[in-house]
Amino acid sequence: MTKHQDARFQGAHKYVLDPELSSIVNISMTLEMPLLLKGEPGTGKTMLAHAIADTLDMPLIILNVKSSMKLVEALYQYDTLTRLNDSRFGDSTRDVSNIDEYIKMGKIGQAFCAEKRTVLLIDEIDKADTDFQDDMLDVLDQMQFDIIETDRTISAIHRPVIIITSNAKKDLSDPFLGRCNFHHIAFPEPKMMRKIIQIHFPAIDSKLAENAINAFYAVRDIDGIEKKPATRELINWIRALQADPDFRAGDLLKGSMPFLGVLFKKSPDYERTQNMIGRRKRF
Amino acid sequence: MFLKFFYTLKDVGVPVSPTSFLTLQKALYQGLITSLDDFYTCARAVLVKSERYFDLYDQVFAYHFDGVPLPEDAGFEIDQMAQAMLDEWLKNPKKMANALGVDEATLKKLTPDELIDYFKKRLKDQDGRHDGGNKWIGTGGTSPVGHSGYHPGGMRVGGESRNKSAVKVANERRYKDYSTRGPLTQAKIGEALKCLRNMIPAGPKDVINVDETIRATLRNGGEIELIFNRAMKDRLKVILAIDNGGWSMDPYIQVVQTLFNYARAQFKEVKTYFFHNTIYDYVWEDPSRYKKPKRIMDFSRLDPETRLIIVGDASMAPYELMAHDGSIHITERSGRPSIEQLRFLAQTFRGAVWLNPVSETMWGYTHTILAISKIFPMYELSLDGLAQAVTKLMEKK
Repeated sequence: MTKHQDARFQGAHKYVLDPELSSIVNISMTLEMPLLLKGEPGTGKTMLAHAIADTLDMPLIILNVKSSMKLVEALYQYDTLTRLNDSRFGDSTRDVSNIDEYIKMGKIGQAFCAEKRTVLLIDEIDKADTDFQDDMLDVLDQMQFDIIETDRTISAIHRPVIIITSNAKKDLSDPFLGRCNFHHIAFPEPKMMRKIIQIHFPAIDSKLAENAINAFYAVRDIDGIEKKPATRELINWIRALQADPDFRAGDLLKGSMPFLGVLFKKSPDYERTQNMIGRRKRF
Repeated sequence: MFLKFFYTLKDVGVPVSPTSFLTLQKALYQGLITSLDDFYTCARAVLVKSERYFDLYDQVFAYHFDGVPLPEDAGFEIDQMAQAMLDEWLKNPKKMANALGVDEATLKKLTPDELIDYFKKRLKDQDGRHDGGNKWIGTGGTSPVGHSGYHPGGMRVGGESRNKSAVKVANERRYKDYSTRGPLTQAKIGEALKCLRNMIPAGPKDVINVDETIRATLRNGGEIELIFNRAMKDRLKVILAIDNGGWSMDPYIQVVQTLFNYARAQFKEVKTYFFHNTIYDYVWEDPSRYKKPKRIMDFSRLDPETRLIIVGDASMAPYELMAHDGSIHITERSGRPSIEQLRFLAQTFRGAVWLNPVSETMWGYTHTILAISKIFPMYELSLDGLAQAVTKLMEKK
């Protein structure tokens, strides 16, 4: 395994990096530990992995965790069905007696076997069972796993930069947490948000940006909203506002809020906000 | 290095492990940490594994590196409440004086320090009364001066931390909202409920049973035959009964609603019923407690494996619980006192708990809370309490 100490992460062109987070990323890379990110949905947990891959020019491999997933699927797959078919009908070019021909690497396997150091994003790990997380510990710790069918050990050529995200649906097990570094991405403050908007929309009219951000934080503050809109929703909303030729930036000040559906995805939230805005307009 | 810091963290209840401490040493040794700010972020990322403990970490950090005294549990909350009261007083002295039931002019004579002392004293005198003029010193509510509620100085987050020293940031306690001891917020409930599970096979037969497949294939003389089973699904039945009457429960309705939403997504069968203060002959399926009554006696026909979760503040006048015809609603006249009905429910379902949004420290002051907690295991409606309740519900008997 090769050591990579020189590569440092400083932020990418589409990602505004909190200095606190950047030092945590760099520390995790140097300590060769996975970084576990938690935070509200839509605050850029997944984006961070993309940004790291972008800046450090590493290929990004994404493992989207599903609730029914077993660890083996993430490591490799032994295609028994094809082998069974081949052995029965014998019309393929594969060598049935060679099991290796029927082994396909999963996402973790791919990251281990890659020629270059990669960024491995394990997205939404909390969706899977605790077993999945516990099994993954060993693999990430040792940086190797066995293919039982062929009794072969796959070791990582380059230790990938591992980013794990969690939406806090479930508590992760203690031994798992023990092997990760942890960061909670908090919701950005208006000042940070302005920077983020600036980076995503370099040509944006400053009045529009300001009004949109103010209106956004105002609706976020409405009581009883179940799923508060996050950065992702704001970016989409501004995109929608820009696309509408009839829209004037001043309208936001007057209290009208078009395209609420972009910000609120749950119907009670939507109705509630609409009511609140309607009320505010009247006064 | 920093051994004392490590042990202070451990003492205040942050789950830190020696391994992570060694990792921190490694980071220090490799020269990754050059300033106190670096140490703050790095040590937090390495040692603290959940945002719930960020607040405690901040407190310990401020204590260790800046000598900010560690708050004692009770004293601290009172301090904070008194502070909030002072803020409120500065904003609107009249309202505050009215709420306390004293003359505005008397309070005006006091210096801020004296005011704080006065507020503290009032808070300490506060008993468990849930009605009347002192209501706003309730717990966990959204009132501006509520204890451990949504304190205005609580969550302050974002990229500004670089302009201040780490100690200052730590002292701000930006992560207060995530602390385990606080009341339940929406994000936390799902986590705790996850443990409530009872897996049984259900749904379409879509999971291959390898053993049976091999057996069938052998029996077929090598011709492959696939045998499928049903997947394991969660089929736990849950009954949630919520006290939605009167305004004593008002501050908690939002939290409780969230609890219910999660529960509905989580379980196959969740029945929700409503009651006011305590349960008599009926509970209702509709929140207005009018259209769809359900007789308590009918519950005896339900599966005894059903888990019953009652949410309510259990605070009422003693006669409402003990007397025949105790209900404050004139239409609800029954022969049996409520306490009998509660006992009946506790006997019907082997898993039953009572979740109380009132802070546990206040339970001793209310007679009916004590009486009900003798019938149902009672837990605080906080993340810890919910986790304990879930453990209790899933206990094998």
